[in-house]
This record gives sequence, C-alpha cells and structure tokens, in this order.
Amino acid sequence: MDTSFAPEDLAFRDEVRAFFAEAYDADLQARLNNLETFKDAVIDWQKRLYKQGWVAPGWPKEYGGTGWNATQKFIFETERSAAGIRDVIPFGLNMVGPVIYGFGNEEQKQRFLPGILQSDDWWCQGYSEPGAGSDLAALKTRAVREGDEYVVTGAKIWTSYAQYADWIFCLVRTNSEGKKQDGISFLLIDMTSPGIKVNPIVSIDNHHSLNEVEFNEVRVPVANLIGEQDKGWTYAKALLAHERTAIAGVADSKRNLAETRDFAAREINGGKSLLSDPLFQKRLSDIEIELMALEFTELRVLASVAAGGAPGPESSLLKIKGTEMQQAVQELRMEVAAYYQGVLPSDLSSEQLGHDFGSQARQSYMYGRAATIYGGSNEVQKNIIAKAVLGL
Amino acid sequence: MNFEFTEEQGMLRDSVARFVQDSYDFDTRRKIAASEEAMSRDNWQTFAELGWLSVPFAEEHGGFGGSPVDTMVVMEEFGKGLVLEPYLATVLLFGGLLQRGGTVEQQAELIPRIIEGGCLGAFAYLERQSRYELADIKTTASAQGDSIVLNGEKVVVFNGACADQLIVSARSRGEQSDREGISLFLVPADAAGIERVSYRLMDGQLVANIVFRDVQVPAANLVGELHAGYHLMSEVVNAATIALASEALGIMGQLNAKTLEYTKTRKQFGVAIGSFQALQHRMVDTFMAYEQTKSMLYRAVCELDGGGDDVAACVHALQVMVDRNGKKVFGEAIQLHGGMGITDELDIGHYAKRLMMINTCFGNGDYHQAQFNQLRYSA
Repeated sequence: MDTSFAPEDLAFRDEVRAFFAEAYDADLQARLNNLETFKDAVIDWQKRLYKQGWVAPGWPKEYGGTGWNATQKFIFETERSAAGIRDVIPFGLNMVGPVIYGFGNEEQKQRFLPGILQSDDWWCQGYSEPGAGSDLAALKTRAVREGDEYVVTGAKIWTSYAQYADWIFCLVRTNSEGKKQDGISFLLIDMTSPGIKVNPIVSIDNHHSLNEVEFNEVRVPVANLIGEQDKGWTYAKALLAHERTAIAGVADSKRNLAETRDFAAREINGGKSLLSDPLFQKRLSDIEIELMALEFTELRVLASVAAGGAPGPESSLLKIKGTEMQQAVQELRMEVAAYYQGVLPSDLSSEQLGHDFGSQARQSYMYGRAATIYGGSNEVQKNIIAKAVLGL
Repeated sequence: MNFEFTEEQGMLRDSVARFVQDSYDFDTRRKIAASEEAMSRDNWQTFAELGWLSVPFAEEHGGFGGSPVDTMVVMEEFGKGLVLEPYLATVLLFGGLLQRGGTVEQQAELIPRIIEGGCLGAFAYLERQSRYELADIKTTASAQGDSIVLNGEKVVVFNGACADQLIVSARSRGEQSDREGISLFLVPADAAGIERVSYRLMDGQLVANIVFRDVQVPAANLVGELHAGYHLMSEVVNAATIALASEALGIMGQLNAKTLEYTKTRKQFGVAIGSFQALQHRMVDTFMAYEQTKSMLYRAVCELDGGGDDVAACVHALQVMVDRNGKKVFGEAIQLHGGMGITDELDIGHYAKRLMMINTCFGNGDYHQAQFNQLRYSA
C-alpha cells in the first residue's frame, strides 16, 4: 500500500500545471463566463486540450486516449480543479465516446470518434423521458424499422445543451415484448434531422441549459444503430457507471470548499472573522473530513479500475457521497453569502452591489439540487448497492 | 499508487484471521473476559510464537520491522474477534514508547522480552481531571540525587492490572497542562509505593487506577528526553490511534456483515426483512460509512508510513470518522437485529461496547474535530 508520488509523477504534475497556467488564459475564462460566447469558448478550450493530447484521459490510447495510469489521471483531475477549470462537456467525451469505441463497429468509430475528440460535434444525451426518470427502462420513445431506416417518435427530457447539439445519442424502444430492459436500442441521431424540435426548460437557477427534445417521425439510418438492436440497455449500463464516477466531482468539491473557506475568512461576523466561529468551523470540517476520505475512496476505485476494467457498483457509492458533498459545500457557501445569496445576474459591478460571489453561490446551489437526481437518483443508487453489493 | 497488500502482509492477515476463527469464538472470548485477568496468558504465548508481538519492532531487537500497514492488518483482524489480550497496551503503547524514545539499554533489555511474551506493559497517561488532554498532568516527578521520585495518580490504565512494567507520564516542571515539562519514566509495577486498584470496563478489559506515593526509580529510567516527553507521547499516541481505528474498522465490518446476514434470514410479514427498502437503504448507509472510514484509515496509514506532514490532521479526521460512523454502524446493527440486538447473549452489543470504548482511548470525535479545526482554520 503506497500512495506517495514518484519523481516522475511530480514532474508530470508540474507539466500539467504549466500547461493549464498558459492555455487557460484570462480571455478564454471571460468568454466561458459569458452566455453569448459560452459554446464557442468551450469548443475552443476543448480543442486546446485536444492539441495537447489530453482531451480524453479515460480513453484507450489506440482511440486517442492518453495511456495515463491511475495516478496520472488523479493528478490531472486534481490540477484541473485546483486551477478552477471546469471539466469537459461530458456527453461526447465521457459518455457516447466510450460506448462507440466499446460497442460500435469500425465504420462508426472512424466516423464519430474524431469529431468527438476534436469537439467538432457537440453531443447531447437522450435518456430520460417525461414518463421515465429513475425508472429509465420504462422509456417509450419508439423506433420502427422501415427498410434501411428507423422511424423515431417520442420525447426526451432534461437534455442538457440540446440547443447547441449537433448529435444526440438516444435510448429508444424497438421491442415491447418481454422484459422492459430487453427491447431497448442505442441510436445516434443527427439533430438537424427533420421532425426534431427542441423546447427550452428554464431551471430553478434561472438558467436555460435543459430542454425537452421532441421526435416526430424522425428518420435515422440503420447504420447509426450501436451494436445489436434490442441490446441497448447493456451499453447504456456500462456508460452509466462511467457517468457516476465522473459525477462525484471530488476534486471540484475540494476546490469549492477551499474557496468557501477563503470567503468565510474575509467575512466579518460580530467583529470577528466568520472562519473563527466554532460552529462555522464544525460545519466546514464536517465536510472537509468527509472529502478527505472520499478522495481516497475515489483513488481506490481508480486503482481497481486500472487493475481490472470498468468501475462497478462501487461507483454508486461515489455518486451518492460525491453529490451529497457538492450540495453540502454549496449550502455552506450560501450561508457565507448571507443576504447576498439571492442576487441575480445583472450589469451591476461587484463594487456597486457590495458583493462578488452571491449570484454565483445562488446559481450553484440551486442547480446543484439536480446532482442527487440526475445520473440515477441517489435513492436508485442505494437500490443498486443493495442489490449488487449487499445481495439483497 | 496502489492499495494492495504485500504477500507477507497477506500471510500475516491470514494467520491472525485463522487464530480468531479457530480459537476465539464468542463463547471462548466470553470466558476469557470473565476470567481473573480478563486475558489469556496462553493466547499471549501463542501470539509470541506466531511472531505477532514482534511486528512493529526493529530487526536489531529481534523485531519484524513492520510498517503501520502491518500493524493495521493485525489490529483489524483482532477487531473482528474482539481480542482482549493487551496488544495495544503492551506492544503499541509501552513498546512503541520504548522503540521510539527508549535508551539503547532499555530497548535491549525490554523489547526482546516483549517479543517473547515475557513482559506485559502499560502506558499510564490518563488522570482524573485530564479527559482527553495528554498534557494535563498533575503527577509529579522530582529529582533526588540519582533517583526520580513520582507522586500522583493515573486512572483507567489499560492492562494496568496485569502489567509488569509501566511507563508513566509525569510533570517534571512547568504548570498543569503545559506541553513543555512532561517526562516519561519506566516504573516496575511492583515498585515500593505503588497501589493498584483494578476494575472491569464494559468491553471486557481489566484496567487499573494506580497511585504513586514517593515511588523511587533510577534517573536512568527516563524514557525520551527530560521535559520533552509530550512530543514522544503524541507520536506514539498518533500511531496507536490509527491502530485502534483499524480495530474499529474490523468491528464495523463484522457488525455490517452480521446484520446483513440476519436481515436475509429473519422473516417477518412472511418475507425476509432484508427485502424491505426502508432497511436496505439503512444498510447501504452503513456500508458507505464503513467504506469511507476505510478510505480515511488508508489515508492516515499512508501518510504515517510515508512520513508525510499531515499525519496529525489525518489522525484527527480519522477519529472523527471512527466515532461518528462507528456509532451509526452499531446503532443500525442493534436496531436491525430487533429485540435480539439488545440482549447480552448476542455478540452485536459486545462489538458496540468495544467501539464505544475505542472512542474514549485517545479522544472522542468532538475532541478530535476541535483539534482538527484548530490545526486547519486557526492559523
């Protein structure tokens, strides 16, 4: 048992740090923070990562991954968070990419993987439906085979960034016989296809990132089917385990907590720094201690993945604890912001407002409520652990 | 980065696990707890023969030269069997102080005897008023020629009733609670002026309150540096806290496994109670509490083993987890066992009581969280 960094790990850390310091420049950051320029800025950033060869640390080397070991992946994530850099948009790079190289045919790999790696194609995820949330396999969007095409009709919901997307990967029902998991297929659909309509949903944080996507007799070439018809649930499950590991966001929570602590240090509460308040300190360390452990839980999962393949049911634990911790940090930051927690985005400067993080704290807190719901609600994760780990 | 155990560590684990499995069933353990010394000297000899008493000691004294990972492995398995023999008191505390701070002569004389099972030791550090503050010491040590004279009282001394030798923390100068001015002394348990009263704790161990009235020992019995015993003491206590957390983890694992097993077999309303979602989610919570505690333990062990600069914070964080998660785990274990959970007949309550006592050895969760906060937020 050994978790110390070897000299080559430290050299790698310095290399990552230096790259982030140079590539993640102030102009890019400003464009990422502006809704008007957000999409282009994301693509710009991901292309910089691609040029460096680091855009897909989780992929096998033969498909454009880095070939990093678990320690290097951990270092990269930690440095990314520490530099305040958001993770890549996951739908292409972390979600459909692994499904395509894992289960797609040669033609699909050659056709789709380069666009994902180079961020030329923006992907979104068509899983949930108005009638199928945590009970994902209850989905009803149907795809009927007609010659060389599927005709897709139905609706997907909670689709992040569908308004930007070039492609959507969808779970569709191709068979209504037998177990509900057995008649599901995995389809890649061009968002410019006739019959697709995107309806915006404004979320509790007053933002528009979510959408409903309607499919009205959308024609999709059979060549866009991943793997076998009716076997899509298997591919989707593999993807979900990856998704849950990524959702945990331990490194980001660590950084957000450190920042919250710094905010508290400069807040004056009854003539003293809020950070010196014993009750506040207890709330802070309740989270910090849990995160210290969670960081090692994540390392244990990374190490076991490195030793033998895909993350298993233990990724459910990471998802539950990770999202609980994200919310705990967000809640604490709202407490630090006090009455400024309600501030909405505006043209006023922080000088005019008298505060500089209230609006951001509000947005993270409000949208952060979604983390214990998406990717399979935490209650569903508990069902998965009960069944797959505890054998109940 | 790896979380693998070496082949040697695997063998060590198997050997302790086999002993617990074959020779330490619950009824045997109950009899040992009820015996006069609340431990078995035969078992202690077995520990010596199997080499377990040598684990943390340097090879030059006949030790195994083990790392904190080796100690963790042994203690976790001891936890599973609720082993009563005084490994913590003799090997980790008494032996740990000698290994880290003893003179060449003290080490050469005593460490081989510990390893062969011929010397039981204890570390007398708690006082009536001290609660969890190691530096709160009223017991005095004053020089008289070539001798040191000890006066005062130590309480709840683990293995204090059976120990042949004691290491005693005493104030050699300064004020009560000063970290400076503390010295540690080796004292034979049969020295003139020592009075021991022994009593049993709820986890089955026999402890003692020990009064020192003008107890004289040679000045050469000083362990570590004069007036600078605090540093030595806290290093050894940090390592021992991690070892105790390993024991606690072993206990938590047993409680979870036994509870899970019970809910799969116990039927109510015509079905196994483990089929109820309300109970399943509680068991998932205790599973996560166990895994999180294990991760924190690994973090602390790796930090200690690698000589990192964050050992103290890791130890505090670990003990917070052991306290909170331990209570969660045994609380659910008792609840899910229903009426049987509150009987003395079942082992569940005995595991719970040991976990509770572990939380009092070197500070409970609140104490360690306050220390953690001081370290992290009051710079």
